[in-house]
Amino acid sequence: MAEVRTQRAENRLRSRIRWVIDACATGLAVLSTLLVVAPLLAIFGYLIYKGASSLNLTFFTQIPKPEGEVGGGMANAIVGSGVLLGLASLIGVPIGIGGGIFLAEFGRGTKLANAVRFTADVLNGVPSIVMGVAVYGLVVSPRMPFSAIAGGVALGIMMIPTVTRTTEEMLLMVPHSVREAALALGVPNWRSVLSITVKTASPGIITGCMLAFARVAGETAPLIFTAFGNSNWSVALDRPISALPLEIYRYAISPYEDQHRQAWAAALVLVVLIVAAVALVRYVAGRGVLKGAS
Amino acid sequence: MPVGNRGAVEVSVIRGFLLSRGNSAIADRGFQWLMVLCALSIFGIVVLIASELVRGSQLSWAGTGFRFFISKFVDPDTKLPQYWDPVNGHFSALPFVYGTLVSSFLALLLAVPLAIGTAVFLTEMCPRWLRTPLAFLTELLAAIPSVIYGLWAMFVLVPLLRAHVNPWLTRLFGWTGFFGDDNPTGLGFVAAGVILAIMILPIISSLTREVMNAVPGSQREAALALGATRWEMIRIGVLRNARIGIVGAVILGLGRALGETMAVTMVIGNTPQIQRSLLANGASMASVIANEYAEATSDLHLSALTEIGLALFIVTIIVNALARLLVWAVTRGAPARVN
Repeated sequence: MAEVRTQRAENRLRSRIRWVIDACATGLAVLSTLLVVAPLLAIFGYLIYKGASSLNLTFFTQIPKPEGEVGGGMANAIVGSGVLLGLASLIGVPIGIGGGIFLAEFGRGTKLANAVRFTADVLNGVPSIVMGVAVYGLVVSPRMPFSAIAGGVALGIMMIPTVTRTTEEMLLMVPHSVREAALALGVPNWRSVLSITVKTASPGIITGCMLAFARVAGETAPLIFTAFGNSNWSVALDRPISALPLEIYRYAISPYEDQHRQAWAAALVLVVLIVAAVALVRYVAGRGVLKGAS
Repeated sequence: MPVGNRGAVEVSVIRGFLLSRGNSAIADRGFQWLMVLCALSIFGIVVLIASELVRGSQLSWAGTGFRFFISKFVDPDTKLPQYWDPVNGHFSALPFVYGTLVSSFLALLLAVPLAIGTAVFLTEMCPRWLRTPLAFLTELLAAIPSVIYGLWAMFVLVPLLRAHVNPWLTRLFGWTGFFGDDNPTGLGFVAAGVILAIMILPIISSLTREVMNAVPGSQREAALALGATRWEMIRIGVLRNARIGIVGAVILGLGRALGETMAVTMVIGNTPQIQRSLLANGASMASVIANEYAEATSDLHLSALTEIGLALFIVTIIVNALARLLVWAVTRGAPARVN
């Protein structure tokens, strides 16, 4: 009888300890979530606080002033970023979509497709500066040192794995009945893939491209020694060209306060663009054919 | 009713119409090969990068071989160890390897508990209406470019460390020898480790969430049916089943930390030295390439930097391949979300 009573007391104590441990675990999980969200809010808040006041017409329309002088803007950097991203998209989007079409339509389940998918994922993890070093060796030469083309190539080959994987994911979601209906009507396979399947999945494919675009828009490391940067107006493809993330880096490490101020403004512009792209991607991915997935 | 002639075969109206629209085996086969070519371009890119890096590092490799990563020179004037000397042509990558490893492991130490805690909260404990906004916020952390992290770290984190955290660390833990007080700038391995931790948090967290979601609900229900508390259910039913994938997620985070360039370059202090103190300045493999590649003084200098790039390439490929294999083993080959 006494043993049963001690056993019951022991069980009550154990239950209480387990309840306490459960509460502690919940508390720790909430704490870690707060600690993760806090730096994000701190970064955004500080960006807006420091950068918003410097966003004026001067910033968007003028080129940088010589070192040490106050004023000037980053118009050439914004245009330069546009040129580089345009070049990168020209290289990355068609090849990436082609790779995605192969993975989803022609190679589904084959060993080659598995190898391609694995390599694309691994390539995504290669540091961007290594890509820059490789492109430097390939494109930059004494005849054409630092140029917009080199920067565009470096960013473009960074886009290819991302676009390939997202295109494949989106194409896999197109129901088989759509493909079969097109083929049953006598549409050639190539046209069925292009005009029917890809067109059905096009919102998703476009958002995948935008995701790759947003990722590449913020890349600085491969541009340091391919596009190199330029403090004057230049959109020539075989000359060094400026880019927004490059200017942020160079201005941040410079000793001049005014350049720090402009770096914050440029950072705010860049972050707003990227966040808008990511939010748009999430919004589109939640509608239509792709609802409920991803 | 035969209308035209295609060689010896009579062609009907319908067939003629289809042929004019490109309905032939040649068009189909050509298109398929074009798509295969696009897919093979990924292999081509890897091969191209590898061959270019090997070609560029030939000069340096021919001179020193493996000793490039472990040798040490002594400055004849000051008798101090000197590793990276572009003036005299002595190059050793030891301080950069040390810097990369120290900052990456410091980042892992800080990031892994927080990331797993966040993942556990978001998957198991979070009210449904809060899940999407919080997940979106963690995704946003991954979308912020590295140079903006570096900017924020330079002007917010480093002064914070300099004024408050580092003196406190020296006072409390200085006796271990890992927290010396001779670097008052606030830059150094600790700053790099903290900003790297913030950067790899979203990767580890989102992959851990994916892996935890792949555990079937029956495991959770079984644990609860046996009388487990919620934490015990998570520990026994979910984390235990997902642990291989979580290890993969952590290794993926490590891979990202190893190659991270801009944020680390801006806060690590860029001094090629090896110090026991975590508060000392240092340099990482990626940071030295970013700093010196555009202005390399000699062919040997450039080649030495390219060799560091090659080492970084090989290491990150191995780490990423291992991580992807582990995550794939748990989620069974479902198309992984691209980060």
